[in-house]
Amino acid sequence: MGQQAVMSVTSRRSWFSRHTWWLLRRTSQLTLLGLFLAGPLYGLWILKGNLASSTVFSVLPLTDPYIYLQSIAAGHKMGTLASMGALNVVIIYLLLGGRAYCSWVCPINIVTDLAYWLRTQLGISASLPLKKSSRNWLFIMVLIVSALTTTIAWEIVNPITLLQRGLVFGMGMAWVIMLAVFLLDVFVSRRAWCGHLCPVGVFYGVLGKVSLIRIKAADRQACTDCGDCFTHCPEPQVIAPALKPANEQASPLILSGDCTNCGRCIDVCDERVFTFATRWRYGKRP
Amino acid sequence: MADTANPDHAHYLSRRQFVGQCLQTAGGFSLIGLLLGAYSAQSVSTPAWALRPPGAIDDEDFLAACVRCGLCVRACPFDTLRLATFAEDVATGSPYFIARQVPCEMCEDIPCTAACPTDALSKELDDVGQASMGVAVMTGLDTCYSITGAAHCRACYLACPLQGEAITMEQKRTGRRTYFEPTVHAAHCTGCGKCEKACVTEQASIKVLPTVLAKQDR
Repeated sequence: MGQQAVMSVTSRRSWFSRHTWWLLRRTSQLTLLGLFLAGPLYGLWILKGNLASSTVFSVLPLTDPYIYLQSIAAGHKMGTLASMGALNVVIIYLLLGGRAYCSWVCPINIVTDLAYWLRTQLGISASLPLKKSSRNWLFIMVLIVSALTTTIAWEIVNPITLLQRGLVFGMGMAWVIMLAVFLLDVFVSRRAWCGHLCPVGVFYGVLGKVSLIRIKAADRQACTDCGDCFTHCPEPQVIAPALKPANEQASPLILSGDCTNCGRCIDVCDERVFTFATRWRYGKRP
Repeated sequence: MADTANPDHAHYLSRRQFVGQCLQTAGGFSLIGLLLGAYSAQSVSTPAWALRPPGAIDDEDFLAACVRCGLCVRACPFDTLRLATFAEDVATGSPYFIARQVPCEMCEDIPCTAACPTDALSKELDDVGQASMGVAVMTGLDTCYSITGAAHCRACYLACPLQGEAITMEQKRTGRRTYFEPTVHAAHCTGCGKCEKACVTEQASIKVLPTVLAKQDR
């Protein structure tokens, strides 16, 4: 919190300049939600269904690949539409950056970002230590439980689809899970859900290891070691290899699949070190 | 935090510590897995008042197939279908309808089934008359107006889309009088629920039970 406060005082740039990508992300998340709602509310069917599976203009199918995997683990032979849908989603995130889903689409990201903001405002520093690898174990565990119970196990509790389905089809008691995630992130552990537990993000993280659009510490010589990017990044471990490499020849691209392409580092850096780039833009494989 | 701990410490991890940490991780996630498994296994059985859309595959397989996207709900022109919300008796997010509230209108082109991306609603069902969402059962033999003689009611018979096949009015005779008893022919009944919706008694005297309850033993 301290560093954030200092930055907002000393930064010579406007609030909009420091929140450009943040505003775009929120716009993207809310627009997607709005497009799912425009059908039932106004009869404008651009996106139909929900984040589990949907159609764009009733033609292009989209299906969440992790849900698809669970269904296969549970022993079901998926229909053609769902298979095409899962493939479409994989292709989209191979281009846009795997966990771009997390920061540009997922509605839970708004909840957990709000929780993190409140956490810093309240000055809560106590944090139950969770391992980053927890989500990988959860990812595997869910597939095993799906196979053993022959159900799509995670969809019974998945906060992402619970929230989005709740908003588009009717909330019921789903807000209980939202509140649980919110309280977890505010009081129990720093960036607990998206940063340590969510298995859906793991799948997109795998795509992110090879996806086209990445963030690049293009002007890393200009870094003044102020630490703003580390303070604001939801996955701070991804920055150092690109920004402060042991070897000068190392790629300035942020290559970790954990990076969500949220662009917060671009926003907060006064020296304009970071930028969006493509993986293959400069020379051979980085 | 553990994941930002000094990597040098890894050198000092004894075998005992290593095995201990592995067991801790495995134990912790097995525990979460057991809880999730118990919850999802419990959610497989649906209550007797919840009917799945036409073409739904067997209930044990349904929750392996249905991704709870709601495209069937969107395809339904009659607002029959809805998605279960969290902590409802029906598995989270899965589609169902309540016959007494809004029954299935048995559209000829079965749009809900056509919209299903995962084949949880099987496209092998091409004639909606062959659907088996449930079976109508006379539950109110003591309340049915036609049986008790309170009125010449045949609302269920008239509402049935397979009139004269799935429900017939059978003439019965007791010592003193003749009456007509609505009689369900299970082989023809699709479980659409229009009879249950149409029944004029305070509590429906004819109810649709899910196929799994009406036609299968435990």
